[in-house]
Amino acid sequence: MAASPSTTSVAGAGPLLSFSSSLSSPSRRLLLPLVRRSSGGAGRRAARIPAISAKIREIFMPALSSTMTEGKIVSWVKSEGDRLSKGESVVVVESDKADMDVETFYDGILAAIVVPAGESAPVGAPIGLLAETEDEVPLAKAQAQSQSQSQPAPVTQSPPSPPSVAAPSPPPPPPAPVATPVAVSEGPRKIVATPFAKKLAKQHKVDIGTVVGTGPYGRITPSDIEAAVGIQPKVPVSSPSPAVTPLPQSPAPSADRSAKAPAAALPPIPGSTVVPFTTMQAAVSKNMVESLSVPTFRVGYPVTTNALDALYEKVKPKGVTMTVLLAKAAAMALAKHPVVNASCKDGKSFTYNESINIAVAVAIDGGLITPVLQDADKLDIYLLSQRWKDLLKKSRAKQLQPNEYSSGTFTVSNLGMFGVDRFDAILPPGQGAIMAVGASKPTVVADADGFFSVKSKMLVNVTADHRIIYGADLAAFLQTFAKIVEDPESLTL
Amino acid sequence: MPASVSLSLSLPLSPTARSDPSVAASPFGAFRRSGLRFCGLRREVLSLRSLNSEASGRISPYPARVLSNKVLAAAKSNGSPTKGFDYDLVIIGAGVGGHGAALHAVEKGLKTAIIEGDIVGGTCVNRGCVPSKALLAVSGRMRELQDEHHLKALGLQVASPGYDRQSVADHANNLASKIRSNLTNSMKALGVDILTGVGTIVGTQRVKYGKVGFPDTEVTARNIIIATGSVPFVPNGIEVDGKTVFTSDHALKLEWVPDWIAIVGSGYIGLEFSDVYTALGSEVTFVEALDQLMPGFDPEIAKLAQRILINPRKIDHHTGVFAKKIRPAKDGKPVLIELIDAKTKEPKDTLVVDAALIATGRAPFTKGLGLENINVTTVRGFVPVDEHMQVMDADGNLVPHIYCIGDANGKLMLAHAASAQGISGIISQTMFIFHTFVEQICGNNNVLNHLSIPAACFTHPEISMVGLTEPQAREKSEKDGFEIRVAKTSFKANTKALAENEGEGLAKLIYRPDTGEILGVHILGLHAADLIHEASNAIALGTRIQDIRFAVHAHPTLSEVLDELFKSAKVNVVTSPSVSEPVAV
Repeated sequence: MAASPSTTSVAGAGPLLSFSSSLSSPSRRLLLPLVRRSSGGAGRRAARIPAISAKIREIFMPALSSTMTEGKIVSWVKSEGDRLSKGESVVVVESDKADMDVETFYDGILAAIVVPAGESAPVGAPIGLLAETEDEVPLAKAQAQSQSQSQPAPVTQSPPSPPSVAAPSPPPPPPAPVATPVAVSEGPRKIVATPFAKKLAKQHKVDIGTVVGTGPYGRITPSDIEAAVGIQPKVPVSSPSPAVTPLPQSPAPSADRSAKAPAAALPPIPGSTVVPFTTMQAAVSKNMVESLSVPTFRVGYPVTTNALDALYEKVKPKGVTMTVLLAKAAAMALAKHPVVNASCKDGKSFTYNESINIAVAVAIDGGLITPVLQDADKLDIYLLSQRWKDLLKKSRAKQLQPNEYSSGTFTVSNLGMFGVDRFDAILPPGQGAIMAVGASKPTVVADADGFFSVKSKMLVNVTADHRIIYGADLAAFLQTFAKIVEDPESLTL
Repeated sequence: MPASVSLSLSLPLSPTARSDPSVAASPFGAFRRSGLRFCGLRREVLSLRSLNSEASGRISPYPARVLSNKVLAAAKSNGSPTKGFDYDLVIIGAGVGGHGAALHAVEKGLKTAIIEGDIVGGTCVNRGCVPSKALLAVSGRMRELQDEHHLKALGLQVASPGYDRQSVADHANNLASKIRSNLTNSMKALGVDILTGVGTIVGTQRVKYGKVGFPDTEVTARNIIIATGSVPFVPNGIEVDGKTVFTSDHALKLEWVPDWIAIVGSGYIGLEFSDVYTALGSEVTFVEALDQLMPGFDPEIAKLAQRILINPRKIDHHTGVFAKKIRPAKDGKPVLIELIDAKTKEPKDTLVVDAALIATGRAPFTKGLGLENINVTTVRGFVPVDEHMQVMDADGNLVPHIYCIGDANGKLMLAHAASAQGISGIISQTMFIFHTFVEQICGNNNVLNHLSIPAACFTHPEISMVGLTEPQAREKSEKDGFEIRVAKTSFKANTKALAENEGEGLAKLIYRPDTGEILGVHILGLHAADLIHEASNAIALGTRIQDIRFAVHAHPTLSEVLDELFKSAKVNVVTSPSVSEPVAV
């Protein structure tokens, strides 16, 4: 059996497809946090890593089963320096359930092995680095080095006693046993803990070094750990927790294991209040979780807005807003690139939408809704502006009809008015792409002749479903969009 | 170390001892080839044979299960010796091997004596298989009663199960004495002379025996069988005091249940004891010299066994380390174990535990046998034998009239790296010698197929195996140039296993797709030890997958796991039209 190295990585062709698991040019880096967060906690890592410009992809610890939180590397099928081609097995991973071959989705060179065979890593953590060319191998190696150095010190969590008893959250299945024997502790005193005590300590995330043993010869017994956690003794721990526990002085790559524990397992912080979702919030939550099943990628594009700003000043008195202008521009670009207006409903086919309906994200009190400007390519900006006013009014009154917020074929989300220079949107279910628009800012640019000038630039970032929309499609669409915005006369036609 | 020894397999695989199957049957009807097939003997090891001859070969008039006392009671009583000898056969060692040989000899009309220096029954009955099964029967029930989740799923409610250590120990002890008296009585009833004392070979056909402090008695015998078995192997540096540092011999008495016990060696003995001790409330630390726990098991089975038998229990382990020194608890200090790296020999760690069980394998018990009197030198303690179990001297020549069976010859220990051969293999070897006695007259040569001897580890769930492991089969297939394939079935798909709520387990078949030959079967799951025999019989009889897959299994039974296994194997062989079973097309 084979598994993808990352649940969110994208299989397919195209020069720009590598976003989910690559650290590409700096301009793309901004896309990463959200993408990687969706792959299960890897976002923290991405945020730690300084900008890396070359095409170096991380091979993550894949989630091989629904209950897997970390996996052990059984063996690396390939060694450092080996050339890999798409679909080849790279590494064998042992999960809580089985051993599986993990294959690569990309061609490249296995530049560095971050987690060696026999060690464990949490799901989503990079276990190796894949360089696209020979030139990037040294860079990848350096990155691997910096990664292992930037590992945070092991987090010791001692949960507050009384509440944790009341809510015994299912303990994350601890890692498969590490074959290497426990390192000899050179510390001042040798910790002696019984096998079950070590298992319990791991399960309850107790730093065994802080527990005082009361057993024979001062050894730490299971009841010492239970006392430390605040469990009254005689609670049978029957959950199958495969673990043979290395003492906490285990080597660095697996050291931050406890930090990767899913939030669900964390004890509640005292004094917090729990407010249930409203219906709308629940719907948003459901849609967001659903979006994880779609393989998305992001393409960013800088657009010069001087001409658009000038146009905006002209049409503003007639009630036309920037939102409408952007929606119109997007609609016109979509008309030329129907694939970006398409959607993938069943995972097997393209669904080309006849009309171009632009949904616009609107924040309302305690929620988020996306009123739809239907046929935005056909209507002129004045008519669209009128429609938009109506939709906003209905949104505030929560009177939108289902077809007025669910018929979108493409979404525009604009946070530019808040000074946000760039952001990353999540693709709503049922649509092929979403555009995230940042603020327009004066930027120094050099033209072809070497003359400097100051132009207003805004960063536009499109998230798309890579099952149907490929990198080149988005690039072409953004190019058209930029042309329309940079020469906005056509918007008024 | 036996652990490393056991991995270097030298099996009598090559079909060198081929003979013409058309040779007329020997005048001794009971020893006809067809009969011997019941005992795991094969004329041609791993041979290719037409379906027809296989089919006819299965029908045999020979009463295979010789151990049954009823059959034996009907047999002749101890005969009168051949002229010039006190006995036709003298057996040294009254363990299961010697016992089986004695019964068989009497049945053949041979005047037989058996020499035993300790107690009848040997390791198996007194210090091995038998008492350990008693303890495992207890641990299995304890485990079930403690598994609240499991009980709840079945709708049962049990309040705080407990046990009385002395009663558990008594159960094991009573079982051993019961089996021991059965063995003694069965021999006495047949008139086998039980000679008490340590037996020593004086010359080719002469044996002396006697208790310490008493004058020795010398007897002459036409043939001698050495069946002295084995004793627990204790590596150097380990001080066994029988109280806190002990071997399986002491552990089976269950004099106490330590809170924390280190088990040195994770083979089948260690694994079975870990099952007993954890069920009785101990915590266990394994110390294994190799890099993997359970060396010698099929790697896939070992891995699954680790998930089922080790990880969820109160067990941790140190692998790739030797216990260089073990000091028993004394002067108020606990047991101290010094670990060194198995490869670099550098000090690695120290363990401080309540007790240590040494389960590093078994060593042959061949000291004081007087082998030097017949110019035989032991190899690491083992008595060298040829494939007919006939003893070889220091120059590699066969010593006439002397045979060696069981653990003392090492063949079974090698045949199963896990060394869990048990009684079945020894009986096969015994049968084989009788076969050889007769066959030699006819000039036939036969080779015992040790690969058909099943082995089992009685953990909960059980592990069983027969034939080659997957790596062994791969190695052989590369050497001999044939393809092998692996088929697997899960206990999860078995109705009976699910009814018992014991769906964990795997059965694995290694076979040749070109001939349908079964090379190995490995089972981990409920009653695996009982299930293996369909496979071991098939190997012993040379039954091919294409034949056995037509066999009918009662539904719902665990045996359907093997049924599924055979059916899922893909055999390329063109089924000959002579297959007797009609198949609806």
